[in-house]
Amino acid sequence: MTAWRELVGLLPWAWAHYAFMQNALLAVLLITPLFAALGCMVVNSRMAFFSEAIGHAALTGIAIGALAGCADPTFAIVGFSVLLAFAVALLRRYSFASTDTVIGLVMALAVALGVVLLSRGGGFNRYTAYLIGDLLTITPAELARLALVAAAVMAGGAWFFNRLFLAVLNPALARSRGVNAWAQEALFSAAVALVVAVSLAWVGLLVINSLLILPAATARNLTRRMSSYLLVAMAVSVAAGVAGLLASYYWATATGATIVLVAMGFFLLSLIFRRS
Amino acid sequence: MQFGVKLGGVAVLEDIELHVHCGELSALIGPNGAGKTTLFRALLGEVPHTGQVRFVHAGSEQRFESPRIGYVPQQLEFDRTAPISVRDLFAAATTRRPLWAGLDRRRRQAALDALALVGAQDLFAQNLGQLSGGELQRVLLALALDPQPDLLLLDEPVSGVDQGGMELFYRMVSQLRRQLDLSILLITHDLPAIARVADRMIFLNRRVLADGPPAAVLASPLIRQVFGLEFTGREPSFVQRLPEHGDCPPTAPAPAREATP
Repeated sequence: MTAWRELVGLLPWAWAHYAFMQNALLAVLLITPLFAALGCMVVNSRMAFFSEAIGHAALTGIAIGALAGCADPTFAIVGFSVLLAFAVALLRRYSFASTDTVIGLVMALAVALGVVLLSRGGGFNRYTAYLIGDLLTITPAELARLALVAAAVMAGGAWFFNRLFLAVLNPALARSRGVNAWAQEALFSAAVALVVAVSLAWVGLLVINSLLILPAATARNLTRRMSSYLLVAMAVSVAAGVAGLLASYYWATATGATIVLVAMGFFLLSLIFRRS
Repeated sequence: MQFGVKLGGVAVLEDIELHVHCGELSALIGPNGAGKTTLFRALLGEVPHTGQVRFVHAGSEQRFESPRIGYVPQQLEFDRTAPISVRDLFAAATTRRPLWAGLDRRRRQAALDALALVGAQDLFAQNLGQLSGGELQRVLLALALDPQPDLLLLDEPVSGVDQGGMELFYRMVSQLRRQLDLSILLITHDLPAIARVADRMIFLNRRVLADGPPAAVLASPLIRQVFGLEFTGREPSFVQRLPEHGDCPPTAPAPAREATP
């Protein structure tokens, strides 16, 4: 951490000397590649709406954490989100309704329950921070936790990548190669839930899904192979993350939303340079 | 080397007992809902089934406990705009190393060899979504051949493929059976085309209703009943066998076995 601070401190600009900006920059460098990599698979498996639901449903996780009297509701959010991910995966498998209907229902239920629980006694305002997120308040201990989750998810992602890829491409083909498509998707859903839950407080519930989807959507316009798809998505994500962080510093705006706007700019640019 | 396959009693399939030999292309025909795809799913271990599948070397009683099965799905449904190349598909299906980390030389060569078998080596770097229907099916056939299977299952492999692509595909399958001494089970509704290349035709409707050389099975009254086809004479005119029979002779011409439904 000290080495990181000294490194960033070498930069000539004023912001580079503030500890909160040094922390936030590290957080951006940790979160954005991870979001891009997950986002690539989210977009490929058409789970954009699912990840949106996971983000919104975290409200209930926060409420459960608050009711249980936890100072830090992260564990409650992770627990509830992962539970929800499995519920959706199960419903997708056994339900008679179409997937988007199932997700819509589950999301509505989780958001309503969260709002009802959090607004009891008129105290909802205390939780608006979660809607917008605040990257600049992240502490070194929280950074360490984020790094741990990022490393674990990246390692797991590398280990399961090929199997998940096949499961997403075509479940029947995956099964013929000995891959349990349903287990892969459930595991992946849980990973998305975990990452969304631990980054929620920094990025903000309202825009977190865009951070997942936009880099991948941008990279899809520019690439034809998986390796370049992942690489371009990560590059776009990191660039948007850093540029968004700095823009939010100079404009005094919410960091998460600013990053998303920059990423959206990249996406629009990619439409111009789109592969034929 | 020869082996037989025995499969007894699947949920919607009853008393199925089939012996499939190497180098034999068997066409599986039957009306919708006859259990053709279910039979494949049972063979792939996707649906529970009673009875067993046995792979036995001819001559000895030595068995393969887990035969390698290659599978070509019916019209692969996937996102055609996805940035996925043929190379990505092979890497994902044949290795555990994450496909973005590169394909080692041995695996790459195996994939190219499999593609060469179906004349598709030029498609290796292509985007999957930009292949024509026929090209995609040949790529999937090549994928099913890497690693080389003991039994190859093709589920309506050419539905949605144009006429030229279809004929090319059937010719490839017919050649591969001899070249690799494969036993192939192929589900199809296209009776005239498959009758030209298949060694054997199995008419399935919950159970095996007829089993024998294509000409004999097509001439059976049951076929006419189910498919509403009217064939004049014993051998329909379109049933002309391909001339090139390699070193693996067709199986002994067994008379069409009919069972009362």
